[in-house]
Amino acid sequence: MKSALKKVMLSTALIAAPLMASAEAHGDDLTYVLVSHAPDSDSWWNTVKNGVALAAEQMDVTVEYRNPPTGDLGDMARIIEQAAASNPDGIITTLADFDVLSGPIRAAVDQGIDVIIMNSGSPEQAAEVGALMYVGQPEYDAGFAAGQRAGRDGVGSFLCVNHYISSPSSTERCQGFADGLGVDMGNQMIDSGQDPSEIKNRVQAYLSANPDTDAVLTLGPTSADPTILALEENGMAGDIYFGTFDLGEEIVNGLKSGVINWGIDQQPFLQAYLPVIVLANYDRYGVLPGNNINSGPGFVTRDALAKVEEFAGEFR
Amino acid sequence: MTDASNRDERIKETSSLRRAMIRPELGGIVGNIAVFTFFLLFAYDSGMFSSQGVLNWSVVSAQFMIIAVGACLLMIAGEFDLSVGSMIGFAGMMIAIFGVTLAWPMWIAILTTFVICVALGAVNGFIVVRTGLPSFIVTLATLFILRGFTIFIPQTLERKTIIGGIRETAEGDWLGAVFGGKILKGFFAWLGDIGVISVFESGTRAGQPVVDGVPMLIVWAIGLVVVGHVVLTRTRFGNWIFAAGGDAQAARYVGVPVERVKILMFMFTAFCATVFAVCQVMEFGSAGADRGLLKEFEAIIAVVIGGALLTGGYGSVIGAALGALIFGVVQQGLFFAGVESSLFRVFLGVILLLAVILNTYIRRLITGER
Repeated sequence: MKSALKKVMLSTALIAAPLMASAEAHGDDLTYVLVSHAPDSDSWWNTVKNGVALAAEQMDVTVEYRNPPTGDLGDMARIIEQAAASNPDGIITTLADFDVLSGPIRAAVDQGIDVIIMNSGSPEQAAEVGALMYVGQPEYDAGFAAGQRAGRDGVGSFLCVNHYISSPSSTERCQGFADGLGVDMGNQMIDSGQDPSEIKNRVQAYLSANPDTDAVLTLGPTSADPTILALEENGMAGDIYFGTFDLGEEIVNGLKSGVINWGIDQQPFLQAYLPVIVLANYDRYGVLPGNNINSGPGFVTRDALAKVEEFAGEFR
Repeated sequence: MTDASNRDERIKETSSLRRAMIRPELGGIVGNIAVFTFFLLFAYDSGMFSSQGVLNWSVVSAQFMIIAVGACLLMIAGEFDLSVGSMIGFAGMMIAIFGVTLAWPMWIAILTTFVICVALGAVNGFIVVRTGLPSFIVTLATLFILRGFTIFIPQTLERKTIIGGIRETAEGDWLGAVFGGKILKGFFAWLGDIGVISVFESGTRAGQPVVDGVPMLIVWAIGLVVVGHVVLTRTRFGNWIFAAGGDAQAARYVGVPVERVKILMFMFTAFCATVFAVCQVMEFGSAGADRGLLKEFEAIIAVVIGGALLTGGYGSVIGAALGALIFGVVQQGLFFAGVESSLFRVFLGVILLLAVILNTYIRRLITGER
């Protein structure tokens, strides 16, 4: 009995020891925590991790990346509280839901921790919780700009493939697009779920039920990649107007082959990289840019794809 | 012991050490000692054991405890509920719809939500006992149905999937405070004044302690654990729960109302999920369609770590609470220790496996099975 217990404890320590060692190897004086709302399965955030890693290396600071495994925002609030309790020099966080996250973020600010809001949220919300600045792409505005552009290209109806319907910012993109087009959103947004084959089938089902749809809007690689497959299968590829948020390897291929008309790059690399640079310089030298930083929107079309292609999924 | 082996096992004497060792809670106790030792060694100076850090993992553990108590009693009664996570999302959304969209007084919204959710739990139980289908399948169906409504209803009524403004609506509501308030505020303010816990440096809350009270979430968790434990171990109904899960047919022969017990346990599980949801909604002030994802498995993991048997008839509420504590401390502790967060699931899997192996070993000691 006793020896069995000892074995259990020993093996726990043995398994954990190498992981602990790697985490403490940096030993630097400045420590930041980046908290995102993304579930583990969302590959787009890999760019953010790479941006953080590069900035941490260049500035010689430690940055830890944390996220709620299932994307549950209630869990994310606990992670921010946890980050504040570990007393880092700064917290970089998304503001995916103001109601849930503003309390923990404000408490961290009041505790004397510098906070920068990245990606989700808005400049106004960032100011309200007492953050230093907002680095990101205002979602509704980006959707609106995309809608105006599509409207100029002759689009009158659309399908918005929403793979993350529980996040308000996703819905805002679709709503902005509808408003930019000047049409009522109605039933033109579908909840596609996160599973690639489900997304593909739902897009095909919608398009066969509504064959006169002018355009497809996807909200990131998660929904864009299966949508490309769906269009290739039902023969609408290259024919239907196709715009997407964010970039990824398949999206770049789609842009090159003409299946996708444009991609909106909000440059997540900058959203992760710049806050670390800003915080490190602020902590070391007390210098701080005087405004929010808009990392996007930038429309990426077939021209000037070379750099994008080289680094798609890694830094773009 | 050898000379006693021929006599009736019911009057067999066991040494007090052995009796102390073979409790279902043992796995949970050993696990907690191991986990706390581990984090005291590796994360002591990370803020994990500051007042804020302790509150952080206590709250997370308390969340697990609330749903683990329900899952534990249900599992002892021989059934599963996979709809716990969806029920959490659904209950939160109902409160938001009643309280914010329909602008009912918050206490009516909360009570109505409790009635609806407990009734849904009864439906789960009723279908299981009437059809004889595995509860695994029935509640899996409920998982999808409730999650679907949780997205559909707000999307239809409000054109969004997160409904906020609940905090403002619940302001001053007596029942809202029972779930979202904090107690012992004066005591914590005093602790802040005398410097035992740190205070905010700046902002609107400057001078206030960083931990300003014990959230009602923790009070609910402790309350449910105590009630669950007493009912299970000190009442006739508790014996019925064990009997229903151990051998339902034998229990029926001796007059245990197995169907009623199982349906009541499904209702209690739904009640616990609703308590979780109300506490969360009152604290965060908004309800979202994604709340509670995968919480059903987290509840089951906590219960299994706590020594309950997946096949029913054996387990302990205290064990489940200890399992929830391990789960919460590990989940938050790994962040404090600075472990790469993508490895969290690896740890979870390893701990679950170790706990189950240990528990199986203990159970064999108790029952003598090979």
